[in-house]
Amino acid sequence: MASEADLKMEIAISQMLRAGVSLAAIVVFAGGCLYMLQAHGVTSDYRHFHGIPSPADRIPPLLVARHLDSRSIIRLGILLLVATPIMRVAYCVYGFAAQKDKIYIVVSSIVLTVLLYSFFHA
Amino acid sequence: MGLIEFTCAVLLMSVLAGLLGALTGLGGGVVIVPALALLFHIDLRYAIGASLVSVIATSSGAAVSYVREGFSNVRIGMFLEVATTVGAVVGAYLTARISNHAIAIIFGFTLLYSAWSSFHHKQNERPRKQNMLAEKLKLRGDYPTASGREAYVAQNVPAGFGIMFIAGILSGLLGIGSGAVKVLAMDHAMKLPFKVSTTTSNFMIGVTAAASAGIYLSRGYVAPGLAAPVMLGVLAGSLAGARLLVRIRVPILRVVFAIVIVALGVEMIYSGATGRL
Repeated sequence: MASEADLKMEIAISQMLRAGVSLAAIVVFAGGCLYMLQAHGVTSDYRHFHGIPSPADRIPPLLVARHLDSRSIIRLGILLLVATPIMRVAYCVYGFAAQKDKIYIVVSSIVLTVLLYSFFHA
Repeated sequence: MGLIEFTCAVLLMSVLAGLLGALTGLGGGVVIVPALALLFHIDLRYAIGASLVSVIATSSGAAVSYVREGFSNVRIGMFLEVATTVGAVVGAYLTARISNHAIAIIFGFTLLYSAWSSFHHKQNERPRKQNMLAEKLKLRGDYPTASGREAYVAQNVPAGFGIMFIAGILSGLLGIGSGAVKVLAMDHAMKLPFKVSTTTSNFMIGVTAAASAGIYLSRGYVAPGLAAPVMLGVLAGSLAGARLLVRIRVPILRVVFAIVIVALGVEMIYSGATGRL
């Protein structure tokens, strides 16, 4: 039973999670502040669903800095947030590989595949 | 309502939900969706999208303190995440196929179940029976108790896995962590010690929610101007709540919050059934 190695792995993971969440929160907060300035006091209509996001909402993260569009910055922060648990699972694949645990290399790879499938939809 | 008033109101409500969720152990996400839908008249899909984002934030943010206690089990979590992530993807796809009325009704019943289950923790006797499948999958471990480390082995693995699949669907469909259903699988079906199931469940919630997040983003369920105050509010509230929890005990708060959840659940079912949502 590699419980010592497991605990070490989990502590490393949880610190990574905290760093990821902090970073995401800072980016979302910055984007949120900018949004308050850019939206000119107009609340979007959330009573009705508008469907697929406009192309303006889907600017690739790298272009965000150039456009400085608040909605894209918030979106970038959310993408960072979603990436955090995915990184966690990726780290587990590595951790189980280091322990040569064949079953769990497969199990964690399946989870990672499902997560990446969904992530690259966004 | 002007933008600043609206954002502040949403932020305040989210902080409160996160705080109460952490203090009572019922989770904040579960009240965010009905509060946004019923009080702010926000379309269910935007409410669900904002809630899901806040669920990822709180689960990942709280992980550090849980892990240090040494209760969570990374293998049991990872094994069950196969079921919850696949379920979450299915659930996220279902949101486009099921009407808002039906989602509201399912949500209402999930709220009622969450409130009911929070008062029905049964103490498992130490599960040390042999279990071939669990041994093969290494679904065992030990955890600290007053009398030293206590070993446990998971029971009823297929049943636990099946319930986790349903928990994943609910999470993807409703934008919640569905912690109550996850604990049902680990606590009741797999007979894991209560502390192990609650902390492992918290760990799994973020991964499960991340599995539907990509699909939500591509469908436009995550409105940036709404998701930002909800995420930051719930995160701040739940972190504050987790700190306070160390110092105060809150049985009365628990009852009050459970009543709020029941009321929201009934309102959701009624609104869904009468077509107002």
